[in-house]
Amino acid sequence: MPSSVKKVEIQNLKVQYGNKEALKGISLDIYENEILGVIGPAQSGKTTMLKTINRTIDFTVDATVAGTVKVDGVDVRSVKNIFELRRKVGMVFPLPVGLPLSIYDNVAFAPRAAGMRDKNRLNELVERCLKQAALWDEVKDRLNSLGTKLSGGQQQRLTIARALSHEPEILCLDEFSIAVDPVTTMRIEDVLKELRSKMTIILVTNLVQQARRLADRTAFILNGELVEIDSNDVIFSDKPARKITFDYVNGNFG
Amino acid sequence: MDNRRRFEVISEFLIEWTIKICGISAIVFVFLIFLFVFREGKDFLLNSLDLKEFLFSPEWYPDSVSHKRYGVLALIAGTFSVTLLAMAIAVPFGLGAAIFVSEFSNSKVKETLKIVIELLAAIPSVVWGFIGLSIMNELIIEMFDAPIGLTVLNGGIILALMSVPIIVSIGEDALKAVPDSYREAAVALGATRWQMVYKVLLPAAKNGLLAAVLLGVARAVGETMAVLMATGHSLQIPHSVLDSVRTLTATIAAELGEAPVGSDHYQVLFIIGILLFTITFIVNLTADLIVKGIRGK
Repeated sequence: MPSSVKKVEIQNLKVQYGNKEALKGISLDIYENEILGVIGPAQSGKTTMLKTINRTIDFTVDATVAGTVKVDGVDVRSVKNIFELRRKVGMVFPLPVGLPLSIYDNVAFAPRAAGMRDKNRLNELVERCLKQAALWDEVKDRLNSLGTKLSGGQQQRLTIARALSHEPEILCLDEFSIAVDPVTTMRIEDVLKELRSKMTIILVTNLVQQARRLADRTAFILNGELVEIDSNDVIFSDKPARKITFDYVNGNFG
Repeated sequence: MDNRRRFEVISEFLIEWTIKICGISAIVFVFLIFLFVFREGKDFLLNSLDLKEFLFSPEWYPDSVSHKRYGVLALIAGTFSVTLLAMAIAVPFGLGAAIFVSEFSNSKVKETLKIVIELLAAIPSVVWGFIGLSIMNELIIEMFDAPIGLTVLNGGIILALMSVPIIVSIGEDALKAVPDSYREAAVALGATRWQMVYKVLLPAAKNGLLAAVLLGVARAVGETMAVLMATGHSLQIPHSVLDSVRTLTATIAAELGEAPVGSDHYQVLFIIGILLFTITFIVNLTADLIVKGIRGK
């Protein structure tokens, strides 16, 4: 169950791409061992928020970031070992990005990058992550074939296994079910429920019902602004704080 | 309405055929070139050429009055030694530069470098030959205390300088074609930039990078003027990089004007052309097989 320890603190976060404001000063806290759902229409800044947490936004050339993002109380812009920060945060992208490597190498990529060489430990870890991502039974006989040859749903579970391989404390999922069939989606959702005891999960999703099913709390972001963040009991009730939240959640939007 | 429909059908038909003809013409031209080269050399090739002597004898005396000999082993050795040396220099430098330009430089440096590299590619081969003949020649004589500076080393360096721009620009294109999502994914997993390049980009771009290297090889094998000027054009199998050599291409260029049309000598020069054709064909075929092998894995 969620604790009261703040894992991620976002304070007045503003992000601009050139002249275009993607986030207009949002503030929210994410607690340890909770699943935070983040909902909102396309282009509202959800992905941008995730990118500021592990600082992959550094690679977007024209992005300027203001405000602070703290992980475990430390401003991410002051961390010395950026690679350690990135390994603390697992990322799953909307479209599965199977690296052009074997299934095994995909999962072993991050541990190897961190310097793990011991074969037995790697084998163990690859097996555990693939099992956690509910993919092991389907691929255990062909770990050396290319990850990019798997089906879309399998690839997405592979990227989840990969995101788990560096034992992240925070797992960010960015619309993970966009290219996955409903059955696989349900399997992955079950996996996420199990993982909650071990890590903090940020679930960005276009599917309002998915946030309702999985999250402890849900944040509604619209046009770069945080409209409302509260427990699911409130957000999905008849009376959230803002009427616009009610309309969005119930599909009366626009 | 009917007219419009007819117009669409006709224009579709024309466009389809134009594209087809463009595609087929490429094959036809290559085939015709081969046919022409073969025709010029075929009488001698089929009737009087001793293939064993041709390929394995280093004695190339097409002008001898008493006993003409047509052995091209020394020429093959010349071409291979210069090309190998050039590739040993150009491949690491070219690929390294491509990686730097594509992944490690900011946009200002990148633009400048690309312009310089394109400029480098535009230098005519005779100018490279001149640099080999005048500057490199003296440099090598001084540095190695050699009797002559027109050597395998000289030609290899000149060819390397000529191949690097090709390898860089095509290699950079290949790296640029790798989707950014791969970079993002690798970085999000905590990879350093170099780990990302080495473990993700190079495997993802390997076909394009191989093509870059091959075009570099093709340029080196086919180059004529620069090697003619820089390698000393002396007939021998080289024992060190400080020996002068003569290449297949330079021989054709230097002797074709002197050989009477239709004579044995003239025909043998065309057979050397066929040999060059075969070499590039084998290089391309091997590369194709390698790429297929990588894909099939």
